[in-house]
Amino acid sequence: MNDTSKPIDAIRKMSMSAGNTAMIERYRNHFLKEVTDNVEEGEWVNMCMQCGVCAGSCPLGNAWAHPPQEIFMMIRAGKREEVLTSDSMWMCTSCYNCIVRCPRKLPITHIMHGLARYAERLGLAPKNQPTRKFAMMFWDNITKTGRANEVTLGIRLYFMHGFVNGIKTALKMLPVGLSMIKTKRMSPLGLVAHSGCKGKNDITKLLKKAREIEEARMKKY
Amino acid sequence: MAKKQYSFYPGCSSEKNASASNYMTSVHAMCDVLDVQLNEIPDWNCCGASVGYAGGGELERLILSARNLAISEQEHKGQDVVATCAACWLATRETKERLESDNQLMRDANQALAEIGLKYEAKQNVRHMVEVLIEDFGYDKLGEKVKKPLEGLKVAGYVGCQTNRPFGIDGESYENPKYLDKLVETMGAEPLGNYDKKVQCCGGALAFSEPEKSQAMIKDIIESAYDHGADIIATPCPVCQMNVEIYQDQINKTYSKNFKMPVVYYSTLMSVAYGKGHRESGLDGQIIPATKLEKFAAK
Repeated sequence: MNDTSKPIDAIRKMSMSAGNTAMIERYRNHFLKEVTDNVEEGEWVNMCMQCGVCAGSCPLGNAWAHPPQEIFMMIRAGKREEVLTSDSMWMCTSCYNCIVRCPRKLPITHIMHGLARYAERLGLAPKNQPTRKFAMMFWDNITKTGRANEVTLGIRLYFMHGFVNGIKTALKMLPVGLSMIKTKRMSPLGLVAHSGCKGKNDITKLLKKAREIEEARMKKY
Repeated sequence: MAKKQYSFYPGCSSEKNASASNYMTSVHAMCDVLDVQLNEIPDWNCCGASVGYAGGGELERLILSARNLAISEQEHKGQDVVATCAACWLATRETKERLESDNQLMRDANQALAEIGLKYEAKQNVRHMVEVLIEDFGYDKLGEKVKKPLEGLKVAGYVGCQTNRPFGIDGESYENPKYLDKLVETMGAEPLGNYDKKVQCCGGALAFSEPEKSQAMIKDIIESAYDHGADIIATPCPVCQMNVEIYQDQINKTYSKNFKMPVVYYSTLMSVAYGKGHRESGLDGQIIPATKLEKFAAK
């Protein structure tokens, strides 16, 4: 006699199973899978053993709302929005201390960069976070001509928090700028005469193709 | 000794009128003495540096360096790729290693490169100039070229982050690398044996976006150099050089200090020790003049 011989048991089992599935669905951690699939080096997140060496090794550790090991645990706990809208990853200075000290050799710096990039791609990154703004300006700057134009990048940087703040910053930075010009480590000519790469069209094509390939590999969540 | 040739990736900051143009000047002076020929990769592009990650995904960033490497393979066959900038070296070497160890990434990269008629095969090693000095010459050979030993000059060897981590120089520890101190000693100067901030991060690109946080770290880097009696700080990284040199006035205001610590490159020290003059050694690029080093150059 199987356990569905009584109609009432069959009904109970069906409803339990439907209920269970619904509960499991509700708590299923899609975010860990999403990070594994879509974030650079994201498959390593599972390997974090929560020792905290990364947090203790980070030069700006005290500025992170959530240090890397906490971010890893939050991913595993499915806290998608809290992770992707966090400004923590944007505090990374790319010093690579965490990578060389991690006992399990997680590529932590790359995962933090990857999470920041993924948040940016989804439009969830904090819009006014200064490093996010600067980093986006930097990418725009280098991909336009293939080489960085330090002068235009600097000026856009000063004005990234609006015109009035820009003037204040520019005045504060004026002595530094003048001494850079004096020592020929900067030239105002960079504003008008920055040639960049001859192959700038090639670079545009190359990046377009790379983005296409990368986008095609992204899984939908 | 036969001329040594390398496929050279100078990077954006080394260009004329850019922030590390003085680094390039001293590198050329140093290479002239060592009979090293640097063959610039034709029409090289930016490596994406550290903060490229926000606007560019994994493949987009790797493909930037892959273009340089593919051109290098084509134009400078059989030569090692050499970078002088720490970030350039890191991004380029990372690209080589990532593509070499991941067939899918390599296929993707080559699919993109095919759009512009290039192909990458990961044939060339990617090295930092410091590796060339230590491994292809060695301290003894480098010492033989010294004409003016930098006697009595106390140098804080500030290694910083990106020539030290994640790759580092072979045989060196991440926490207490000695190569810069050894180079300093080889030039006849005196390294600070107990410079505790030698691998402290200066903030890197965040010196632009998070100036207060970065300047707090830079303050410690300079203060420790003073505390241990340094006349000068020397570094292998253009971002370290710039960050530690140019904000000293602002740091003095914020923290009521009187810092005026010159920050030079290892190649500046070497050029002067090798007998090159003030301008050839890039000393005219100092915002804070390296007065004691200038005296050796004027000898």
